[in-house]
Amino acid sequence: MNARKAKHGKLLTAFFSVLCLVYVSPIVMVFINSFKKKAYISNKPFALPTEKSFAGLENYITGLAKTDFIKSFGNSLFITVFSVLIILLCTSMCAWYISRVINRFTKGIYFLFIFSMIVPFQMVMFTLSKLADMLRLGNPLGIIFVYLGFGAGLAVFMFAGFVKAIPIEIEEAAMIDGCSPINTFFRVVLPILKPTCVTVAILQTMWIWNDYLMPYLILDIKKYKTIPIAIQYLRGGYGSIDMGAMMAMLVFAVIPVIIFYLICQKFIIEGVVAGAVKG
Amino acid sequence: MDRALKKYFPIFVLPTLAAFILWFIIPFIMGLYLSFCEFTTVTNTTFVGLSNYMRVFSDGGFVYSFMFTTAFAVVSVLTINVLAFTIAMLLTKGIRGTNIFRTVFFMPNLIGGIVLGYIGMLVLNGILINFDRTITYSGAYGFWGLVILMNWQQIGYMMVIYIAGIQNIPGELIEAAKIDGARPSQTLRHITIPMVMPSVTICVFLTLTNSFKLFDQNLALTAGAPSDKSAMLALNIYNTFYGRVGWEGVGQAKAVLFFAVVAVIGLVQLGITRRKEVQQ
Repeated sequence: MNARKAKHGKLLTAFFSVLCLVYVSPIVMVFINSFKKKAYISNKPFALPTEKSFAGLENYITGLAKTDFIKSFGNSLFITVFSVLIILLCTSMCAWYISRVINRFTKGIYFLFIFSMIVPFQMVMFTLSKLADMLRLGNPLGIIFVYLGFGAGLAVFMFAGFVKAIPIEIEEAAMIDGCSPINTFFRVVLPILKPTCVTVAILQTMWIWNDYLMPYLILDIKKYKTIPIAIQYLRGGYGSIDMGAMMAMLVFAVIPVIIFYLICQKFIIEGVVAGAVKG
Repeated sequence: MDRALKKYFPIFVLPTLAAFILWFIIPFIMGLYLSFCEFTTVTNTTFVGLSNYMRVFSDGGFVYSFMFTTAFAVVSVLTINVLAFTIAMLLTKGIRGTNIFRTVFFMPNLIGGIVLGYIGMLVLNGILINFDRTITYSGAYGFWGLVILMNWQQIGYMMVIYIAGIQNIPGELIEAAKIDGARPSQTLRHITIPMVMPSVTICVFLTLTNSFKLFDQNLALTAGAPSDKSAMLALNIYNTFYGRVGWEGVGQAKAVLFFAVVAVIGLVQLGITRRKEVQQ
């Protein structure tokens, strides 16, 4: 019985190993093709570069020149980091307040936050982008506040879910000892909320870093691109794509994500699970 | 306690609330109102009643996209969840390499839709070129291309949630079933599946709403080609807004209908699967 089970396990391991190779093969393919000349990418994408088809770093050079990729990377990083920080700070404070001060008004706000989670972006995309235009917020600093407003629903919902699990006596004790509400929040509540902060940060980072449509509509894209916008920019007016430059830029777009993932893997998977269970 | 806290409303709530009202509530209400108007800018509008909603159905594009999206949602919800659950079952048996497998399967999920779409384009076109076709050969090619792409992206995410659900089942329950002589298939049907129903609720909800809202992957992989035969709802709405002058009101009416569809489907599904969950 045990021998059979062990054999079974080995077979499964072998099967999953093959499946893993299939899973990563598209990314490896992009990497290999980024060193091939344009014409050979569409014709023989599965072939390794030969002496004839090898392009050296040419694709990377044209890609960088066409998309302004390094600046786009900087924009993406700036927008993501500061949006997530502001979302964490503001929504955790907001969630604590509306879970502790309970009246008709805060209940109404909470309901609206939850409601916003099921509204697809297309519903507000036109009016939102015109509004941002009118207020001249088409720059990376302005879009951070748009993300705060649009990301508030999920974040407040998750924080509020956790605040409810904190025994109120802890906070009351701090207040009786003379802590102001602000001190109580930062010294007592926020440290307890740390795991939720990680979850919210991961979910929001995944969304904002990869978001295409909102920054595309709001930012002045002649001046400010993000990575997804830069990639999409390589598709020319009539659908023609420079596949060489595209492959090189895809490599640039994917590598930081994979490195980040491998470093923070444990947090990311746990965060996603915690987020899903709460939702 | 809440009396002391109450005065701090401007510090704690106002920043979030102001951003939320400005970037969600106002655009939402304006969007609702504008769906009954003809306009090119938000300040220059004329009320036209329901005529935008009539025009939504005047070209077949919206209905076609709706059917396309619905079919896509059904197929991808089924494939993603069945495959993710199967892999989760096999990866909770404690075989060697489980952690590495889990890491690899989850990875595509972190890559953004646009990037993913172009990676998919390279691979799928690379396969199809052997048959002298491309991914934009017909609507059906785009359909299955998107299904494969979404499976690749989302199986890992759902698998992780299912694994957590399966690991939460108390070991005594499975053991008791074994002692009572249940076959593995019976244990699966009568214990494992009912016990992971909360995970099923979440995963089906996520895959269903993601499928309906899909935009980036659609834009990158096919951009609707050939002639909008692979355009899903979100892309159809986008094209109505930004591709046709004078159709902004129709685009907004489509967006309102889109919101209603997504909300109703999401809530109905939550209601149905929640009922199947067992109390612990």
